[in-house]
Amino acid sequence: MSRLSVPKTYKLAIGGAFPRSESGRTYVVTSPSGEFLANASLASRKDARDAVVAARGAQAKWAGATAYNRGQVLYRIAELLEGRRAQFVDEIVQSEGVTAAVAGAQVDATIDLWVWYAGWADKYAQVAGNGNPVSGPYFNLSVPDATGVVATIAPQDRTGVSLLGLAAVVAPIVLSGNTVVVVANEAAPLSAISLAEVLATSDVPGGVVNVLTGSPAELAPWLASHADVNALDLAGAGSLADGAWVDLQITAAETLKRVLPPVEGAPAPSLERITAFVETKTVWHTKAML
Amino acid sequence: MTIDHPVALAPAERAVRLLGGDLTEKALRLHLDGLAGVDAVGLEARAANLATRSIKTSSKAWALDTIIRTCDLTTLEGADTPGKVRSLVAKAVMPDPSDPSCPRVAAVCVYGDMVPYAVEALGAHHGDPDQGLVSVAAVATAFPSGRASLDIKLADTREAVAAGADEIDMVIDRGAFLSGRFGLVFDQIVAVKEACRRTDGSYAHLKVILETGELQTYDNVRRASWLSILAGADFIKTSTGKVSPAATLPVTLLMLEVIRDWNRLTGERIGMKPAGGIRSSKDAVRYLVTVAETVGEQWLVPHLWRFGASSLVNDVLLQRQKMTTGHYSGPDYVTVD
Repeated sequence: MSRLSVPKTYKLAIGGAFPRSESGRTYVVTSPSGEFLANASLASRKDARDAVVAARGAQAKWAGATAYNRGQVLYRIAELLEGRRAQFVDEIVQSEGVTAAVAGAQVDATIDLWVWYAGWADKYAQVAGNGNPVSGPYFNLSVPDATGVVATIAPQDRTGVSLLGLAAVVAPIVLSGNTVVVVANEAAPLSAISLAEVLATSDVPGGVVNVLTGSPAELAPWLASHADVNALDLAGAGSLADGAWVDLQITAAETLKRVLPPVEGAPAPSLERITAFVETKTVWHTKAML
Repeated sequence: MTIDHPVALAPAERAVRLLGGDLTEKALRLHLDGLAGVDAVGLEARAANLATRSIKTSSKAWALDTIIRTCDLTTLEGADTPGKVRSLVAKAVMPDPSDPSCPRVAAVCVYGDMVPYAVEALGAHHGDPDQGLVSVAAVATAFPSGRASLDIKLADTREAVAAGADEIDMVIDRGAFLSGRFGLVFDQIVAVKEACRRTDGSYAHLKVILETGELQTYDNVRRASWLSILAGADFIKTSTGKVSPAATLPVTLLMLEVIRDWNRLTGERIGMKPAGGIRSSKDAVRYLVTVAETVGEQWLVPHLWRFGASSLVNDVLLQRQKMTTGHYSGPDYVTVD
């Protein structure tokens, strides 16, 4: 008798837990050639709401950790990714229909990108902040501060980005102390949930990275209009029908969110992606009156 | 400002009517010990079942407004100041400044020494919550422990009533109750009820806090509910909010059943106030369902039903904003408590 395989249930990642969608909906994930791969949760607007609540709850503590500590936590994720390399290669081969060599290159690029961003955690403030010269008996300092809760649409292309795209939007957001609600690649969400499992077993506090699988067209408007979301990264929203990302931008303006427009493919690692989600706080402090 | 309420009775009058003119501790004990035991499994299953109802759209909008309208906005901290009470009153009068159609809360609930500040801050808005005004509730009788001599408890009560409190939230002596001295607990409630009498002969509303988290068993909760009602309570209230567990749905259901039984027996309507631990609109709606299914919708008015809560109102306001604007709101859009 042949052995029955035990397929994995791919669920959402909200607040450090892995719930099914509150709506009970799922959708079929297939390979590019149409083979069944898995049933993934089809997140609803209420899952998005719960994810924002979880992200808000985790934000103060994550932002309150020292920059060095956040960098170490992120670096450890890169270590764990390395350990799970085979699993990610396998998932990318299945869901993107590429060769193992191409999939391996994507995993390597993801780990390298993650390490690159981890390094910036305790350095970007030196670049983005400043000690301002003033003619008075006080210091004047500008420091970048986390924006808060950021919602983002991961790149939606069928090949080349299922893992790299997610990492390339999430890492620059969380390193400065933001928490994130990310809508994963709709067609290839498997490695996004596996990445969330890596995060759950690392030192990242629950709620810092919340992953929703499902339709960006359905979820994005709720995230764009949500009054408790502080910024919106539309990296993968360019794929939405009829230029819907413009409407998302207009909706987001109602609650004065920062918005980053769509990009082609996975966003390249850059300091600009980090500074897009920080706010500059300028304070003064008296010098000692000696 | 005085409030007319339909259950203004002389203290202990109910007990005299039910148990006979010769009111003895023995008669009281026989009655309370004779109450049927509570089917705990059935009670919890019933409460869990009531919590599964799904309330949507216009019913939900009505429920949210009812929650605000029957809420006692509460601040009971050692760090309370007149300024904190004033900001609480401002919130009670206009819970959502961005939406003037939002109803007022029923009352502000404060410590006795803060009553004058609450009355002053309310000004013309002070009055009967059934008429859309806001009343002042004061906790008294050495809240929350109740560990003080009777004289002190009575003085505490009289002072709050004299300062203008419309409602007194008293705590029962749980130590005495648990050691079986029902007569002592009864006499204290009667005495506090008497202390609620104003100079013009009317009574301030008396809410009796059972502190169900310390009563250990459902049977005790049922006994204490009967005891409080017999002694003259206008309201029975679950908890102080200082002990965990505070209000739970099964306990509230049980107390509502006593209220229902008393209503069937005498036609009188006793109020109910769950307090402590109700933080989300979803939870609060479950309580409304329980009330409607146990004693009837006519209980969902401020003189018969209250929520004792401090953070609940903010969550209800967020839900309300979601319903009116169509998008999710956030804690930046309600007051910081």
